[in-house]
Amino acid sequence: MIEKPRSGWRVAPNMPAYEEARASFSWAAAEHELAGLPGDKGLNIAHEAVDRHCLEGRGGRQALRWLGRHGERKVITYAELSARTNRFAQLLAGLGIRPGERVFSLLGRIPELYIAALGTLKHRAVFCPLFSAFGPEPIRARMKIGDARVLVTTSALYRKKVAALRDALPDLKHVLLVEGGGEPGTEDLQALLARASDAYEIGATSPEDMALLHFTSGTTGTPKGAIHVHQAVLSHHVTGALALDFHPGDIFWCTADPGWVTGTSYGIISPLTHGLTCVVDEADFDAERWYRILQDERVTVWYTAPTAVRMLMKAGDELPRRFDLGALRLIASVGEPLNPEAVLWGQRALGLPIHDNWWQTETGGIMVANYASMDIKPGSMGRPLPGVVAAIVRRLEDGSVEQVDEPDREGELALRPGWPSMFRGYLHEEERYRKCFAKGWYLTGDLARRDKDGYFWFVGRADDVIKSMGHLIGPFEVESALLEHPAVAEAGVIGRPEPVIGELVKAFVSLKEGFTPGEALRRELLAHARTRLGAVVAPKELEFVPTLPRTRSGKIMRRLLKARELGLPEGDTSTLEAPA
Amino acid sequence: MNREALKKAVLEALAAVAPELDPDTLRPNEPLREQLDIDSFDFLQFIIGLDQNLSLSIPETDYGRLTTLDALVDYLGEKLGGRPGGK
Repeated sequence: MIEKPRSGWRVAPNMPAYEEARASFSWAAAEHELAGLPGDKGLNIAHEAVDRHCLEGRGGRQALRWLGRHGERKVITYAELSARTNRFAQLLAGLGIRPGERVFSLLGRIPELYIAALGTLKHRAVFCPLFSAFGPEPIRARMKIGDARVLVTTSALYRKKVAALRDALPDLKHVLLVEGGGEPGTEDLQALLARASDAYEIGATSPEDMALLHFTSGTTGTPKGAIHVHQAVLSHHVTGALALDFHPGDIFWCTADPGWVTGTSYGIISPLTHGLTCVVDEADFDAERWYRILQDERVTVWYTAPTAVRMLMKAGDELPRRFDLGALRLIASVGEPLNPEAVLWGQRALGLPIHDNWWQTETGGIMVANYASMDIKPGSMGRPLPGVVAAIVRRLEDGSVEQVDEPDREGELALRPGWPSMFRGYLHEEERYRKCFAKGWYLTGDLARRDKDGYFWFVGRADDVIKSMGHLIGPFEVESALLEHPAVAEAGVIGRPEPVIGELVKAFVSLKEGFTPGEALRRELLAHARTRLGAVVAPKELEFVPTLPRTRSGKIMRRLLKARELGLPEGDTSTLEAPA
Repeated sequence: MNREALKKAVLEALAAVAPELDPDTLRPNEPLREQLDIDSFDFLQFIIGLDQNLSLSIPETDYGRLTTLDALVDYLGEKLGGRPGGK
């Protein structure tokens, strides 16, 4: 246990005592901290994140400090961000984009991504970020499901991943390229922005209007587009204060890419609603570069991920000692459980423990967390946010659930609906949305236990979804891509535990007649999958097997594949297909 | 080992993690990670592969230097103590 001081803080935490805060918190009272659109026109995320600061005299503050891959540095103030997002909103208006229509981005971490996100929200269109490392197939599937009307991307990404998909996406009306470039069927973003006015008045926005679409993966079927509304900004703001302990003047660095929900909720929205300065690094992970950024930018609050922490640990304890990390006040982590060694390593090597927290695409914001003032049990995800009710439940055969009150019992982590950033549906998938709820609980799909002190501990997934580098990967999406190869008869994909990235995507493949397993074919199949899916989704390992175990109804038994991989007992195999 | 042999060793280790790689299109003085679709884990596996193939141990603190094909070949040349041969 890491005990926290009860007094003598350099900066007093926003929540000095968890229990008291929990007892007195109400979302209705917290809502008074938001500005609301002038003239009682509702609630809009972009107004809370950008324009309110200009109206309240903070326009000169730094909103974004962008660090380019090759040493470039650009600072954007709130006033500049307001003007540039106004231009983007005007641009959408000029293209005839209506509120509610979907604007996608496929971009690395460059300023245009932040401008497109907030400009889209101003126009009351729906912003949907795609991870730029996705291959063409995940991009096609998500744009199709999301009814993409506009895509903002770069020439290089467009040529490599999108150009060949245009025929499959007839509803995609506008592709805006950051550097222009004159690809057929595209428009020049900068030229359009230059022509647009930098004044824009946000129209009336209902808190329940759709604002963001974030894709996540299930065990079966296509990716799911989780719908979030403008009301979510209340969760973003409150969790920034309580879980990340944001104070005025903080320099905040969220290392997550906005292609994933963390990079949008906390890489863009939450810190901006607090008027903070956000550090944005375009480059990929590099231990020395990261320590240098923490030092040179005087980062005070740092939100990162377990995979990154474990890679920093691999780089050794000596490296951080060469840097002055004295500005840091709080380190938090999300994406997958942070192992106890990593929490303690933070304290030893960085001088601060790492605060793990838990949430998911559907929850829109942090739900369970370790807080600045609360003692840490290393390895635990912490305790539910004030205003959030969490429990462990057991699924019953009739489809309902019962609450498990006894401590230390494993079950599914469930949340009582009602927090502002809860997803409002999966786009076009009412049935899948309904299945997430039972007996008044939202069922998260994560297995956990709660100890006698109310701390929650992650156990694993309740389904076959793979958690790799903090991202959820749907095995079905990977299997489908493998099955497109002419040599593949069957494919089963699992997550194999791996110490740095949590789980590694591993594929088991059986071949059609006439094909022989071998190193050349193994590499060919890996290349095939990587080209379609991108490195972040494709398998890292591939093993040939004569056949895959199936249930009598024909479903591939991924659980059994995983048990065999781990050398565990194979459990009840009575539903297995009888040998031919 | 001369530069050609080192380059071959690097490309072999790269192809083991990113078999879709087409060596002919790789620009030797531009960052590998901008040209290839490899994530952080792939990069670590690539270095581990290089370590094994060349019987050496590249410290993590040097990873930041290993950005381009040319930089890798230069680095390995120094590390293995041989004079980099003709380009």
